[in-house]
Amino acid sequence: MTETGVQGKTRSDETLVDVSNLKMHFPIYKGLFRKKVGDVKAVDGVTFEIRRGETLGLVGESGCGKSTAGRAVLRLYELTDGVISFEGEDIAHLSPTELRERRPRMQMIFQDPQACLNPRMTVGAIIAEPLVEHKNMTSEERKSRVQELLNSVGMNPDFVNRYPHEFSGGQRQRIGIARALALDPDFIVCDEPIAALDVSIQAQVVNLLEDLQKQRGLTYLFISHDLSMVRHIADRVAVMYLGKIMELAPREKLFADPKHPYTQALLSAVPVADPDVEATRERIILKGDVPSPSNPPSGCVFCTRCPVAEKKCFTEAPQWREIQPDQFVACHLA
Amino acid sequence: MTSTSIERATSISDDNSPSAAPQTVLEVAGLQTVFHTQDGDVHAVNDVSFTLESGELLGIVGESGSGKSVTMMSLLKLLPMPPAEIVAGKVMFDGRDLLQLDLEQLRDVRGGDIGFIFQDPMTSLNPVFTVGFQIMEPLRVHMKLNKKQARERAIELLELVGIPSAADRLRDFPHQFSGGMRQRVMIAIALACDPKVLIADEPTTALDVTVQAQIIEIVKDLRQKLGMAIVWITHDLGVVAGIADRVAVMYGGQIVEYADVAHLYDDPRHPYTRALLQTLPRQEGEREARLVSIPGQAPNLKGALTSCPFAPRCSQAHDKCLQQNPPLFDVNDQQKSACWLEEAND
Repeated sequence: MTETGVQGKTRSDETLVDVSNLKMHFPIYKGLFRKKVGDVKAVDGVTFEIRRGETLGLVGESGCGKSTAGRAVLRLYELTDGVISFEGEDIAHLSPTELRERRPRMQMIFQDPQACLNPRMTVGAIIAEPLVEHKNMTSEERKSRVQELLNSVGMNPDFVNRYPHEFSGGQRQRIGIARALALDPDFIVCDEPIAALDVSIQAQVVNLLEDLQKQRGLTYLFISHDLSMVRHIADRVAVMYLGKIMELAPREKLFADPKHPYTQALLSAVPVADPDVEATRERIILKGDVPSPSNPPSGCVFCTRCPVAEKKCFTEAPQWREIQPDQFVACHLA
Repeated sequence: MTSTSIERATSISDDNSPSAAPQTVLEVAGLQTVFHTQDGDVHAVNDVSFTLESGELLGIVGESGSGKSVTMMSLLKLLPMPPAEIVAGKVMFDGRDLLQLDLEQLRDVRGGDIGFIFQDPMTSLNPVFTVGFQIMEPLRVHMKLNKKQARERAIELLELVGIPSAADRLRDFPHQFSGGMRQRVMIAIALACDPKVLIADEPTTALDVTVQAQIIEIVKDLRQKLGMAIVWITHDLGVVAGIADRVAVMYGGQIVEYADVAHLYDDPRHPYTRALLQTLPRQEGEREARLVSIPGQAPNLKGALTSCPFAPRCSQAHDKCLQQNPPLFDVNDQQKSACWLEEAND
């Protein structure tokens, strides 16, 4: 679906990243001989595509596998199974050297701006590191590039010789973004980039990400548990639960008319900053907790907490199907 | 079943049923806390005053570093002293000033008449004791119950907060519970001795939204059953909108706006409250083209406040804001705002 009205974002039907049946299992070892006794099925067969120039939001509760999925898409793990094609080329089976050549095209922004910056390196050295690794630049060229990058994330270029601890959380996140932009990537995975920031700073960083997307035609995979922020930034939204995608739809459709019972419960649980709305709205309160990903329930993974589950849901896993153009759901009842 | 047994338990302490006319249970006046650090004094709490009435839920909202947790910790002297020092103020509870009590007397109040729920249930539960032991401990110390009575009451409490097969779970250790379940255990411990006041410090921040909804539902339910006064500290304006009666917004270690929940959200008067509400993305209707952001950063609190702490980020700041720190002005009888723009209305 081509949609260009919104803020002149250039979006197209062209698929940039195509993920099919991605599986990421982590082995569990136990006992004296560290025998393998099972798998944590962090991501268990997800299929989606990311179109050039769009922002795909990936939401879910903690432990649902959204961060693992984000990292796996960049092949920061060796995949258990599945195909990831980036501009039509399968990167799931590339050798380390070949993969390294493609790294500049795809970058990542991390959740914790404190932990992802080396405290012993200056801001200049942090941002220049990808340039040293991947580009043949003289130190003069690098220096001016770093200053240009600092400028583009709204920071004073004179800060190059300072250390990360001298900055606040929001500024550190800007440094992380500048580093991700250093090699002019096409695709950036943003893993909870605003979760560690205060409310008043979150909006600053989200606006910056949107501006950069407009200027540079970036494509984002935006991972977050904050549904209202995802509603703001994402063009399409995927909802994950226990290693699987439950629903994937354009933003308006997903928030106005969620089809999957989990999406409905998740949306109804988000508090709204308006006492009148809060007093009248109906909440779907889910019972119990998320089951362990090492031993997911048979049938639909959501069946143990689903308020409308039927007999079939406990035995048969639902198909991932397109119920309306561009709206995918994995539920027997949708 | 649960409700009757709890009523019985409640009648052990004095009657505080929700139908009684509201009376002030906790009164904080001019509280001021300073941390003496190597880099100089940090003024974390600056002249904070509020009252809490029986059966009321007071929401305290602010960003990190605004002093909301330190304020609550100061009430019961839960801060490490030194470096912290409560420089001034009064905390009247039950006809006594809590700040004047010695440690022995304070211990009676902590976990007895005033219950505390902390943000992270993993670090506030002791990993080497069973959950049952940790719930029974305050019961045996404060209410002088014997082992059998304490056990019965512990089972009641776990059922009250919605933990299934409560009797069996008493023997479990904290790591055997999930995050949401642990927070329920924390609530059970805080409720153990029928507190008159419950202080909840970001009780749902570490939890997922669906679990947060469960916990909020439990707290709403418990309020009706037990009728205690609650102080709920959070940074989430959405959570407060749903549960609070009155709200105090904190910034720079002081209360900048103090109002009942309807007034605060309908007509926020302090520029900071207004800005904070505007930065939230809308959850219904058309999405905004661009989020409103508050420029700049939160103030560092070194040195006493001599000007309005929000002035450097405020779009309406004028000369006076940079020269003098505004006191709380009455906007109407339900709402106070610490902004010089309200001076004329006062």
